[in-house]
Amino acid sequence: MIRMEASFQWAWLIPALPLLSFLIIGFITKKWPKLSSTISIAAILTSFVLAVWVDFGVFASGVGAELVEKPYQHVVNWLTFSGVPWGLSAAPLNIEFGTLIDPLSAMMLFVVTLVASLVQIYSVGYMHGDKGYSRYFAYQSLFAMSMLGLVLSTNLLQLFIFWELVGLCSYLLIGFWFFKPSAREAAKKAFMTTRVGDFGLLLGILFLLNKFGTLNFVQLFHMMTPEVKAMVAVGGVSYLTLTAFLVFIGPIGKSGQFPLHVWLPDAMEGPTPVSALIHAATMVVAGVYLIARIYFLFQGASPAALEFVASLGGFTAIFAASIAIAQNDIKRILAYSTLSQLGYMVMALGVGSLTAGMFHLMTHAFFKALMFLGAGSVIHALHEKQDIWEMGGLWKKMRITGTTFAIGVLAIAGVPPLAGFFSKDEILSAALHNGHPVLFGIGLFTAMLTAFYMTRLFVIAFMGPEKAENHPHESPWVMTLPLVILAFFSIVGGWAGIPEHGFAYFVRPWGSEFEPEAMNWLVAGPSIIVGLAGIILSYIVYYGKASDPVEAAFPRVYKVLKNKYYVDEFYLWIIKHIVDGIGKVLYWFDIYIVDGIVDGLAWIARSLGSLFRRAQTGQLQVYAIIFFVALIVLFLAVTYGEGQLHALNPLALGGGK
Amino acid sequence: MTFPVLTLTLLAPIIAALVIVFLPQDEPKTVKITAALGTFTSLALSLFVYFAYNKQVGGFQFNETIAWTKDLGVTYALGVDGISLPMLLLTNLIGFSAVFASWNIDKRPKEFFILLMILITGVMGTFVAKDLFIFFLFYEVVVIPIYIMVVIWGSSKRVTKEYAGMKLTIYLLMGSAFLLVGLVALYLQSGADTFMITELAKRSATMLPKDFQIIVFGLMLLGFGSLISMFPFHSWSPDGYAGAPTAVSMIHAGVLKKIGGYGLIRVGIYVLPLGAKFWAPVIAILAIANVLYAAFIALAQKDLKYVVGYSSVSHMGYVLIGMFALNMVSVDGAVAQMFAHGVMAALFFSMIGFIYEKSHTRYIPDLGGLAHQMPRLATGFMIAGMASLGLPGTVNFIGEFTIFLGSIKVFLIPAILGIAGIIFTATYNLRVLANVLFGPRRPEWDHLQDIKGPELVPLFVLAFVVIIGGVIPNLLMDMVNSGVHSSGIAAVIQALGQAKGGIF
Amino acid sequence: MNFSLTVGLPHYLLVGAMLFCFGLYGVFSKKNAIAVLMSLELMLNAVNINLIAFNRFLWNNPVEGTKHLLLNGHVSAIFVIVVAAAEVAVGLALVISIYRSRLSANVDELDWLKW
Repeated sequence: MIRMEASFQWAWLIPALPLLSFLIIGFITKKWPKLSSTISIAAILTSFVLAVWVDFGVFASGVGAELVEKPYQHVVNWLTFSGVPWGLSAAPLNIEFGTLIDPLSAMMLFVVTLVASLVQIYSVGYMHGDKGYSRYFAYQSLFAMSMLGLVLSTNLLQLFIFWELVGLCSYLLIGFWFFKPSAREAAKKAFMTTRVGDFGLLLGILFLLNKFGTLNFVQLFHMMTPEVKAMVAVGGVSYLTLTAFLVFIGPIGKSGQFPLHVWLPDAMEGPTPVSALIHAATMVVAGVYLIARIYFLFQGASPAALEFVASLGGFTAIFAASIAIAQNDIKRILAYSTLSQLGYMVMALGVGSLTAGMFHLMTHAFFKALMFLGAGSVIHALHEKQDIWEMGGLWKKMRITGTTFAIGVLAIAGVPPLAGFFSKDEILSAALHNGHPVLFGIGLFTAMLTAFYMTRLFVIAFMGPEKAENHPHESPWVMTLPLVILAFFSIVGGWAGIPEHGFAYFVRPWGSEFEPEAMNWLVAGPSIIVGLAGIILSYIVYYGKASDPVEAAFPRVYKVLKNKYYVDEFYLWIIKHIVDGIGKVLYWFDIYIVDGIVDGLAWIARSLGSLFRRAQTGQLQVYAIIFFVALIVLFLAVTYGEGQLHALNPLALGGGK
Repeated sequence: MTFPVLTLTLLAPIIAALVIVFLPQDEPKTVKITAALGTFTSLALSLFVYFAYNKQVGGFQFNETIAWTKDLGVTYALGVDGISLPMLLLTNLIGFSAVFASWNIDKRPKEFFILLMILITGVMGTFVAKDLFIFFLFYEVVVIPIYIMVVIWGSSKRVTKEYAGMKLTIYLLMGSAFLLVGLVALYLQSGADTFMITELAKRSATMLPKDFQIIVFGLMLLGFGSLISMFPFHSWSPDGYAGAPTAVSMIHAGVLKKIGGYGLIRVGIYVLPLGAKFWAPVIAILAIANVLYAAFIALAQKDLKYVVGYSSVSHMGYVLIGMFALNMVSVDGAVAQMFAHGVMAALFFSMIGFIYEKSHTRYIPDLGGLAHQMPRLATGFMIAGMASLGLPGTVNFIGEFTIFLGSIKVFLIPAILGIAGIIFTATYNLRVLANVLFGPRRPEWDHLQDIKGPELVPLFVLAFVVIIGGVIPNLLMDMVNSGVHSSGIAAVIQALGQAKGGIF
Repeated sequence: MNFSLTVGLPHYLLVGAMLFCFGLYGVFSKKNAIAVLMSLELMLNAVNINLIAFNRFLWNNPVEGTKHLLLNGHVSAIFVIVVAAAEVAVGLALVISIYRSRLSANVDELDWLKW
């Protein structure tokens, strides 16, 4: 056990190494692309090894269960506020930085370092010859640092800081090809949309810190006493419920929940490996991870909070899945699929199963990264073609990509014994088990939709008629190797969830009792059936077609879906007309009213001046007469009006002498 | 009497200016190097003071006291504490960078740098003065060089540089007129026969009745408020920055504005606490107007300097609300934010200055894709933009977060509205970044040279401070904490006894 | 009828006052700059008369310990004469130079310094 703690002490190196790599690339090796990528990959691989070491300590040594009760923390003081007692903890206010290790973060460490390593290796092939090759790897390292820092956060502010930094990296990497206006706009959109969510999260953090005087997860967890839970904020809403809602706004933005989902599909403008890593496997699930981290807050809040989380997740799942059916861009289909799966995870957390949500997070990271990288391989082979209808016949030319992609499709469709089956099943059974039959139905239907649009993608792109103008070829080994590894995890990743393997035993809310659960075949059965139904239906509809039969059959519905329910147009309208409109009106107000008053005052002074200067005739004799008369008046006044004159003394007016 | 390090800090640029006077007109390089040396000496000395200051002891240190005009009770008294030290350091960071940001000035360089040196000394003086009269004197020293610099080296866009310079100067002088009245009233009413701030503060409870404090605070608010560009006294700021040459914009937005904030803390809260408490709700509302109003206007701007000009008005709103939430944390945050905004605004203006100097335009639609030709400048611009929107990892986040934390307790609704401002701040900053730096390569800008050599100094110095302050915030916050704790402001705030209420 | 033909202080003052008023009238009403200057001289001389008259009638006593009379008024008058001479010299020079450039010595037209 002491040996294990040694690995925990070194956990801070896991984010520190990529940071070092970022600095080295940024300041020294920028001019030598090969060296830059080598440094970056070496750093992330070392982090991966360290993460495995930590994971070994957590899961294999028997301390895992203890860690659920008492997470390992290693902190240093980072920011001291003025040292006044603050909030319920009544301790001097300060913020610490450190590493928190429990099974939840250990699991995330593994997923993030694994996918990040594979994506970086893949990028060596994908980004080969790009002008910004070194810059790309610098950003990748920065992202790895931020994401790992986020995972290891001990408190909400540290998490928020890394949360924003991954947002920054996402911004930089979406806009990596900044010369493309579409990429530039997408990057901006991503940052701004998540910023809206961050506003809520920041408010939530401030509310928490003000009330409790600490943001440390463990301390907060121990403060969740019944009295605290009973505290009322405004209008009968309990304080915790209010905070939970506010904090949840952050994940809505970051994890692309409706209505802040609009940025994620556009984020596909970035290089494909970036989409795989950031916009599928890691960053977008930060919101889910955040909810899991502060799950005790939601548990302490009124049930409405979790209810809301679950409903929003469920809605996003089905909403995004329906859009995915009508998309033609291979990456956008995957992006909407990601949104839908994120909805799934959020729903899982909402229906009360942290385990299911995190489990799906893990399996999804594997198979979605796999499919994105596969899509990247296809795009690479077809020279930046992304429309699936322009593809076709890839199955024969790109065997490794095709096979691994097929594994991904089967995994996400929930075909046993692949990873997606197990995690999806857990979510559905949790929904049913905890009394959410409607959400269960939605989940089931979404599962069918998922199988449907994923098969559509595969059938059209890989099995459709070959196009003469395409000359696809299999990608180099640096790109296929990560595919194979991810395919392997997409197959076996789900087996961690088999009760004997104890995923649920380790990854569960703090302080909760472990309840072993056997496979629920009542849920698994229908889930398999709808998955297969979706696949078969899709195969029948799309196999061998050169254009979309659904579009021909339901043109109206298809149009709405294709235009994503016009949500983007609505936001664009608001920004263009309302926000910019207010800006213009206020600017007008500022120039003509506020500044007008200022300039008006100046004008008054000037016109008074030009009025009074009329008195200056320039004729000496007039001045002399005035002078003379004034002299006489003064003389008379002094001579005859002594008493009265005294009253005019300004000093006398003030009461003094 | 110990080694007069503060006087030396003040004198270094003046000596440089004197040397420049005797340099030949046709050797601009020597002039610039002399100016750089002068400001560097100040920077080094203030860094020394910053790190030699004993935070445990607190209070005013490095004191120098010389009776100056005994009959009036004016004392040449210098000293720094945890509130003025960050400001002093800020001034010198920006002053040093400003010299390099003006490295390419070739129109009357001698006069320019002499004025710049005087300007820097004046600003420094306001922060180290312990005597209100000396404070005021230094403040007046600042105004005149600015006017001359704007009118001679400025640029005319939406408004002419003459208009901009005049507006700036008249605003500042009007402000100082109100200040002077307040100052004399304080002097007479307190009966202390001294302008020493600490002495005045000691007598504030006994000698200064509440009504008096309210009126005098109102006067000070007019003065300092227009200096810190509080709504509706902000309109000088965007026009002034737009008209001013780069170095003046940097110093103006970076530190000069902070004199207003500094004065409001030092004189407003410390000497006139009852007045501060009376006016606090009004200021909170105006501050939120600042934040949102200016952020929206920044959205509608097409000139780079106007964007940053309005953005700095918007950021000052945060400082104001932090200051007048009147609790330790929020005042902490206000001071930190003043420092943070200063560094960020100076970095922003220096980058804009280089863009303008090289491309001769600041009109955003004319620019675009500059990251192709000028990657280093783009990096600096990016860091400034990210700092401006308060990204964690920059010192600005620390300031903003601390302000929010302290003020949300006192002004719940205004604070929430203010926090909503981060969305709009992000919007205009990202727009500017996207439209200026990114997008397709524009052949008309292919001749632009990336910044190099001495031009890199502002980028390195300021960006380093922005990031190191964000990564190791205690470097700044420990100092500010000690300042707020030990300067007597803590006692004042506690005495005011903020009524606890609301939902916290 | 008791005619007293003694000329006393009031008579001098009367003459001075008359001269002064004539001068004043001239300064106020004359349009020619030279006439204005001349009127000014009248006023100065009126003052001189007053100074000397006051000295003669009110202060006609010797300096302490000597036989010399106090002559402050006389000295002042001489000062005034000197100053007047200088003033006329300058004034005339101005008038002549203005006349040369403007071909007019009308004071009503000499208002171009007004704004």
